[in-house]
Amino acid sequence: MTTTSPPPSATAERPTTPALQADGVTKRFAGVTALSDVSFSVQPGSIHALVGENGAGKSTLIKVLTGVHRPDEGRLLHQGVETSFGRAADAQDAGISTVYQEVNLVPLLSVARNVFLGREPRTRLGLVDVRRMEREAAEITRDLGVDVDVTGDLGRLGLGIQQMIALARAVSVDARVVIMDEPTSSLERREVDTLFTVARRLRDQGVGIVFVSHRLDELWQLCDAVTILRDGRVVHTGEMAPLTRRELISHMLGRDIDDVAAHGATGFGDAAAGVGSAPGADADADAAAGAGPESAGGASPAPEGALVGSGVGTTTATPALSADPVLSVSGLDARAALHDVSFDVRQGEVLGLAGLLGSGRSETVKAAYGALATTGGEVRVGGRPVRRNSIRASLAAGVALLSEDRKAEGIIPELSVRDNIVLAVMDRVSTFGVISDRKVDELVDTFVRRLGIKVSSPRQLVSQLSGGNQQKVLIARWLCTEPRVFLLDEPTRGIDVGAKREVQGLIDELASRGLGVVLISSESDELVEGSDRVVVLRDGRVSARLEGDDVTSSRLLAALVGDAAPEGGTS
Amino acid sequence: MSTQTTTPEARVETSRPRRRLDAAWVARNGVYLALVVLVLLNVVITPYFVSASNLRLQLIQAAPVIIVALGMSLVIGTKGIDLGVGSVMALSAAIMPLYIGYGTLPAILIGVAAGLVTGFVSGTLVAKLGLQPIVATLAIFVGGRGLANVIGGQIKNLSDPGLVRLGSGSTLGVPNTVLVAALVFAVVWFVVRRTTFGRGVEAIGGNPRAAELAGLRRARILLIVYMVAGVLAALAGVLAAARSQASDPRTLGLLMELNAIAAVVIGGTPLTGGKVRVVGTVAGALLMQLLVSTLVAQDVPDSVAQMIQAGVIVVAVWVQLGRKRP
Repeated sequence: MTTTSPPPSATAERPTTPALQADGVTKRFAGVTALSDVSFSVQPGSIHALVGENGAGKSTLIKVLTGVHRPDEGRLLHQGVETSFGRAADAQDAGISTVYQEVNLVPLLSVARNVFLGREPRTRLGLVDVRRMEREAAEITRDLGVDVDVTGDLGRLGLGIQQMIALARAVSVDARVVIMDEPTSSLERREVDTLFTVARRLRDQGVGIVFVSHRLDELWQLCDAVTILRDGRVVHTGEMAPLTRRELISHMLGRDIDDVAAHGATGFGDAAAGVGSAPGADADADAAAGAGPESAGGASPAPEGALVGSGVGTTTATPALSADPVLSVSGLDARAALHDVSFDVRQGEVLGLAGLLGSGRSETVKAAYGALATTGGEVRVGGRPVRRNSIRASLAAGVALLSEDRKAEGIIPELSVRDNIVLAVMDRVSTFGVISDRKVDELVDTFVRRLGIKVSSPRQLVSQLSGGNQQKVLIARWLCTEPRVFLLDEPTRGIDVGAKREVQGLIDELASRGLGVVLISSESDELVEGSDRVVVLRDGRVSARLEGDDVTSSRLLAALVGDAAPEGGTS
Repeated sequence: MSTQTTTPEARVETSRPRRRLDAAWVARNGVYLALVVLVLLNVVITPYFVSASNLRLQLIQAAPVIIVALGMSLVIGTKGIDLGVGSVMALSAAIMPLYIGYGTLPAILIGVAAGLVTGFVSGTLVAKLGLQPIVATLAIFVGGRGLANVIGGQIKNLSDPGLVRLGSGSTLGVPNTVLVAALVFAVVWFVVRRTTFGRGVEAIGGNPRAAELAGLRRARILLIVYMVAGVLAALAGVLAAARSQASDPRTLGLLMELNAIAAVVIGGTPLTGGKVRVVGTVAGALLMQLLVSTLVAQDVPDSVAQMIQAGVIVVAVWVQLGRKRP
């Protein structure tokens, strides 16, 4: 085909044949529609951003584009010709390469071997022509501006360089389309820059690139065009440059732009005078950062009694609310994930933890629970420091974590409902390691009844339950530990509406009984309705804190959009 | 925003168990069915099958496999594998004669301790250093027999009366080796069904990350499991040596790891971990033993017998997969 490389910004306009195009694609899984009439096209010589929150359909679309899934409806056009990839390898043969977050190359082989894996040049005897392979690999990497010894093992190189080699491989197969699926999420800043240089060079050679990233700021640095998905539909597609950060996020979250803008502008204009310059644009929206009283005192461990009044949520009359934090997190650092995150949770309070995907919400609660290695900071429960990076110490101190990923980090599928419920308290229901059926039954019966878990028998396998009931089993597991602090990561994700209401009601009830609750939810309404205060995270830092009357949907959205300079957890 | 993120499997699962009950039942109980069928077949076609002496012989021959397979079932329950058990049998049988001078019991204990040490080594490699179980135990497989050869040299005759009684004697009409196997079975059954440790084994096999988040000590449980498997293998080695009144490090316990794995798998314990079937494992071991002796009794050539065994293993795994396939 012709490889024209016109100035990238112009390509989106020009009626060139798209390098790869999905036309009206619909894809369903077991009755759930993952993609609905999605049209998407990548022009040659253009970098096209594909964005959306969790569940928006990004990964399904990528799988359709790379031949992993076949569309139920709609067409796939490659260089203008209708195609159907029977297998993923067909897409590869057609010149579509994918670079994943996890490098899927062979670490123990040399760089050159990896570049030519599966297509090694041969000598006349049919042996691998090592010299030619290394010479050509060196040329390719040099062309990409990567300085590396191609004879060395790939595994010895940094992740960033490995990504680059994956790209080099894409170049060497003469890929016309490269799909980069969150390539930067585990890279350092410097590595990202080099990767972008390489990507731009590929673009200038006429390659069409699909770029997926949760680091939104990167999009404007690199991309020419953008397509935004929400709930399996395309909600916006167009050029990257004219789109503001606020517009992008409004599209992702499904909020009216004017709505966000209006509330964001009026509400905070004066209140947050102290918050500094906005790096992007739209200074009117930066307000949300630290409008509440706490912003003055930073995250000092005891935010005084004045806050007690403002902590009246929609949920409880909070008789149990006390001034002393039951959980106090200060200066939490985790390599590349968290930077100086601080917050307090008082008894009887629900603290919302907000942020876009990749902002470090889950990492924060995991770190507070000891399940994610921290490099600094302190966690105190009831004023007492908890040993760092120890799940058992956290459990003993009265912290419980309901993980976001029910399947990978929650249920034990081969065990029964009752065994799953008592998993974290096996020491308490046993004597010298022998489990007491009576004690287990007492505990299990109580929680099955209290939480309304629908089971034919407690001895039923947990994997046979619906998502909502599995979630209740897990909540029961943690309530058995009689926690003082309950960290809930997306407690209502993937469960039906009825169960969702029940879980939300339960959260309120727990708080009213004096638990400290940290609630993470991607649904801003749920977060606002359920929380007394909200801490907003961005890029692993606290970017805003909402309290009292500021805990509203529009202010939360404004804070999420926030072009504000990060407030950071001051120490 | 709506609940668009509902995972597809959440809906499918509710209706699955009833529809697949039959396949599940066969997968769970197939080994017992097969055992009953094989016994009935033998009653008809094999002369003297129902005689006490023949039944004794079958059980005596199955005893070491049962003991090793019970340890193996724990390892497989954690999603691991132990290839070292055959070599550990040889090792314990090679060490024991060196200390027979101190008396029967001390010698036995030292032999068994060899399994504790090898289990500690492979367990540490797996649990602390994160080596793949197949690699860690392959080291024991190779090194253990090498060491046994160095220590044992050549065949040793064991005429210690205590050992002879253990290997060939009976208590109340039941062979002593069978009694030991029955005791091991009872203990392992109790541990798996009734103790926090057993629950921990299945939990870390089923979902290691979830188990750790629930405060289970994954590394410790893994270490103990490999040590138990080592001890049971060593015990089987002692019994085998006591029965044959000889210890030959080159042949003792040869291929035992494969027989044990076969017994566990045929018994319905999935290689993917998360579930330990103790009774099934014993039935699996008995089934393989009975199968071999039936084929021998019918004068089926060894080579054909091996192929039939292979067929049984494949069918067993296939039936299990049928249960899991969506």
